[in-house]
Amino acid sequence: MSLVAVKPSPPSNDKRWKIVDATMRRHGHEPRALIETLHTVQETFGYLDDQALRYVALSLRTPLSKVYGVATFYHFFTLKPQGEHACVVCMGTACYIKGAPQLLEAIGQKYGIKPGQTTADNRLSLLTARCVGSCGLAPAVVFDGEVVGRLDKSDTLARIEKLICAKPAEVQHDT
Amino acid sequence: MTPEELQKVAIIEQESQEQYDHRIHVCMAAGCLSNRADLVKQQLEKQIAANGLERRCTVKGVGCMGLCAAGPLVSIQPKGIMYQEVKPTDAPDIIQTLDKAPIERLRCDTAMPFFKEQKKVVLENCGLIDPERVEEYIAVGGYQGLLKALTEMQPAEVIEEVTRSGLRGRGGAGFPTGLKWSTVAKAQHPDGRKFVICNADEGDPGAFMDRSVLESDPHRILEGMAIAAYAVGATQGYLYVRAEYPLAVKRLKQAIRQAERLALLGNNIFGTPFSFNVDIRLGAGAFVCGEETALIASIEGKRGQPRPRPPFPAESGLWGCPTLINNVETFANIPPILRNGGEWFAQIGTEKSKGTKVFALAGRVKNTGLIEVPMGIPLRRIIFDIGGGIPDGRKFKAVQTGGPSGGCLPERFLDMPVDYESLMQAGSIMGSGGMIVMDDTSCMVDVARYFMEFCMSESCGKCVPCRVGTAQMHDLLVKIIEKRATDSDVRLLNELCDMVQSTSLCGLGQTAPNPVLSTLRYFPEEYEALVQAGREREAAGSNGSAMHVAPQLKPNSTQPQAHVDSEVTP
Repeated sequence: MSLVAVKPSPPSNDKRWKIVDATMRRHGHEPRALIETLHTVQETFGYLDDQALRYVALSLRTPLSKVYGVATFYHFFTLKPQGEHACVVCMGTACYIKGAPQLLEAIGQKYGIKPGQTTADNRLSLLTARCVGSCGLAPAVVFDGEVVGRLDKSDTLARIEKLICAKPAEVQHDT
Repeated sequence: MTPEELQKVAIIEQESQEQYDHRIHVCMAAGCLSNRADLVKQQLEKQIAANGLERRCTVKGVGCMGLCAAGPLVSIQPKGIMYQEVKPTDAPDIIQTLDKAPIERLRCDTAMPFFKEQKKVVLENCGLIDPERVEEYIAVGGYQGLLKALTEMQPAEVIEEVTRSGLRGRGGAGFPTGLKWSTVAKAQHPDGRKFVICNADEGDPGAFMDRSVLESDPHRILEGMAIAAYAVGATQGYLYVRAEYPLAVKRLKQAIRQAERLALLGNNIFGTPFSFNVDIRLGAGAFVCGEETALIASIEGKRGQPRPRPPFPAESGLWGCPTLINNVETFANIPPILRNGGEWFAQIGTEKSKGTKVFALAGRVKNTGLIEVPMGIPLRRIIFDIGGGIPDGRKFKAVQTGGPSGGCLPERFLDMPVDYESLMQAGSIMGSGGMIVMDDTSCMVDVARYFMEFCMSESCGKCVPCRVGTAQMHDLLVKIIEKRATDSDVRLLNELCDMVQSTSLCGLGQTAPNPVLSTLRYFPEEYEALVQAGREREAAGSNGSAMHVAPQLKPNSTQPQAHVDSEVTP
């Protein structure tokens, strides 16, 4: 019986798996590297899909149930692909007091999506955050990673329009 | 690095700063950055180049200056002029008036209570140094505390100094820091390993103190951790930071690299046998990971679920080794305590709560931002002097401290001193330092529901009282808000509060009822009005005319607009 574990091969030829492999290698493929690895996968691919979870489980010699457990326990990890643009409405206490629910309602009404959903044309994902820590600027919304504070309904909708109408060339893609 | 070299770095940096007649500081913390402070800085640099002033002026990005409400903030040193709400187009004016009188239309009054009433210990460097350069931290006395500890003191003496300072944990519970350190120092483990963890998983909604300190003065945390590691005998540290704070993570990574380069972290620091390394672990958005045993589970790569204590992490923590866990602000207090002595620190504050406390002042208050005040200051001075009072001519209603674990305090507590004991007695907690002011537009029952929804969805699900209890309490609160509740529902809510509080496994469940209990205690009339409306509706409903009577049933007390239309017809 061989004690040498067979090294699993990445799910595809995508070169980005090398980044994931590098993270796991840095932690010696120990099960404790699970959260760090999932962070890398999400940063690289945008979300965690089934094959990624299977690959990480095999590589770190961790039961898939445990990997799935961790991936679903933490809010930061998402198992669904996101739309081209993300709009994250902060629902921290200060933002809540200063009208974040109304912003959320306005966006939901205009685009017909609830928090956690993506529009049918895949242009916009609407998300909520527990608190982005910009309480001094409440209410705050994060548009594709950019925090904007002191918003009202019309500002927010105008910014989203601008965001999703930007030509693909102006939008930065990592690939 | 030797002690002499540290001195040399400091002197070179001080001299290179002093060669400029004007040093322009632009706040580059998250708040001002989102108001495009980066463009302001860029334009200022451009203007300096265009006017050929490179030798006389310098522009640098600094950390949080505190008054986030008026960002982007720019200050001009050594004159001490501060400008607020600066736009990139203001750059030419600012550069041209450097040698003249300041621009009045942009002027921010630094003599106003917001600045005068504060006392800065933790935030002493915030807004003054460039967080991305270790040299600037060294120039203002950085790493001197570590140097003193390593070269002049025994580990036991360091712990004694911290004990003498009276510092208590700034994460919320207020456990004496010296006592915690000495417990870890005494603990033994067969393989001799010990760990120091910095809890930077600032999950409280409405709190951003830790984020600001990490973004504005990251080396201070590393120094505090290194001193702690020396005192308790650890060689490895972990900084557990929220992934939601990308800028803080970036600056910490950079700070660790710089400190390693200068051998302020690593092997044989300052030529002594002491070695210490720090690694960053990213949180992944679970509020419960602020609880120490859950945080340890998360660093170990598992689901962040707490476990019963004892054994406390001080005896059996990360990988079963003795582990010291302190909050960001606690570590930030350590370097000045070592530099100036524990007695100096103990002079600030009250008898049982020493030192200062950083608060994130937000909500319905004029001057939102980051403040640091001596312990024992009355709430009124924080909200009305420093905070500038309630905007739009509204009336103060409540102040919420401690996030989902804290409570809402009404007007009659405004003259109460802010310290651990007083807040606890009033039914709230110090918490990590979020302070949200509410005016008469906020419905307190809805605030209680908001926090309960938070606790319900953040409950890790391990213990039944918290998992089921928070969901039941949330449903009852919704029922009350929708005016479907009866007196027995309110009674049941009270009983559930008591049950969840006394039987939950960890702090999350034990404190989850606090927002409900405090609002039930101080704002019973709001609950009563909603229940009364429900009663009337039921009476009308039994007469078969609910639809017609509904509009008159809205209670005439202060109800939020958001819920006026939430009446549902059965």
